[in-house]
Amino acid sequence: MSSPLLVGVHQPGDSWLHRCPTGPKLLGLAAFSLTVVLTRSAAAAPVFLALALLTAAVGGVRLATLARATRAILVLAVVAAGLQWWIDGPAKAVETLVDLVALALAAITVSATTPVNAMLDTLVRAVRPLRRVGVDPERVALTISLAIGALPGTLALALETRDAARARGLGRHPRVYLTPFVVRVVARAHEQGDALAARGLGD
Amino acid sequence: MPLLELDGAGVSVPAPAGSDPRSGPAGEKVLLHPTSLRLTEQRIGIVGANGSGKSTLARLLNGLISPTTGRVLVDGLDVGRRGAEVRRRVGFCFTDPAAQLVMPTCVEDVELSLRRLERDPARRRERALAVLAEHGLAAQAHQSVHDLSGGQRQLLALAGVLATDPAVVVADEPTTLLDLANSRRVGDLLMALPQQLVLLTHDLDLAARCERVLVVSGGHVVADTDGPAGVAAYVDAVDRGRA
Repeated sequence: MSSPLLVGVHQPGDSWLHRCPTGPKLLGLAAFSLTVVLTRSAAAAPVFLALALLTAAVGGVRLATLARATRAILVLAVVAAGLQWWIDGPAKAVETLVDLVALALAAITVSATTPVNAMLDTLVRAVRPLRRVGVDPERVALTISLAIGALPGTLALALETRDAARARGLGRHPRVYLTPFVVRVVARAHEQGDALAARGLGD
Repeated sequence: MPLLELDGAGVSVPAPAGSDPRSGPAGEKVLLHPTSLRLTEQRIGIVGANGSGKSTLARLLNGLISPTTGRVLVDGLDVGRRGAEVRRRVGFCFTDPAAQLVMPTCVEDVELSLRRLERDPARRRERALAVLAEHGLAAQAHQSVHDLSGGQRQLLALAGVLATDPAVVVADEPTTLLDLANSRRVGDLLMALPQQLVLLTHDLDLAARCERVLVVSGGHVVADTDGPAGVAAYVDAVDRGRA
């Protein structure tokens, strides 16, 4: 069971983007995002999209990955664009739609060319100055990686619990699968806590 | 060999009086009666029924559970008071590797174990890849941990534990969820470890290969002898309906 949204997004490679240090890459993404959001021009939107696609091509990001990212944002983007059309007219609507897709593509390109651990290392460095006010950078990084890791696992538990309810011929009433699901998620959290403690993480 | 020492160590949890046959007088459920042991052998097996207290015993050894009476010492370090140091020496492998693997890909999960030992990301990656190669998982290095087979997942969990080179490995039924080929593979790997091994298992052939076997029943260590004799004592107790 894998969630295509999160795991397996990273593609090992040797492109310029892969070798680019994570800090500048994230800063670049932030700068790009700000520029896209702050530039109010329908003419600029296709340029941003082309830029995002070019970067993805440089990073050798698979077309399937790009398509998945676009699909994920498309529903939201279409709804937003529809509203814009109604309020501000077609030019604004197209700009919103294209901008959102460009942002999604830029984000997935960074995810595809950066291993999670590299992101964590960067995060640890970034929050290190906060150590003086009592923040443990390693713990912040671990918490975030756990949150990322918990999603596919929880999804797997949900599917398993639903299948178990079906196999016993229990109906579709949420109670029959939500109760065991919640119990199992909490049990899994306890197990994972034990596992983390056993690995000496967070000591 | 490191010395694992239980000095009258027992564990009980609060429970309504009389709700359980194992309940003590003060409304406490005894998971493990005060037990004193000195474990110095290379490979120690622990066998016993489900709920007999063997998991409690194993979890005492790295401070996942603190004893409510007595002390547990690893190389003279009190597990309750110096837990972090103890856990650096005692690796723990769980029945269900899914709970133990927290990072998205195999190499990243091993890297997580190595974070404390190796600050430099490039060298850390190199070491993690070497660990994976050692366990035949080189081809899976960049795969999602969720896409591995059950056997590969347990091997990866073990690799994550062994990466930090602990002096003791405690394994809680590491082969229970595995098919025959994988359970043999994991069993052989554990038996060949240079580290001291404490192995909880229902695989009696594996238990018989240990130098020492403890049989746990009803929160007591009821037999403590060499591998084959320990297994025989357990089988005999089950035959007579006492375990």
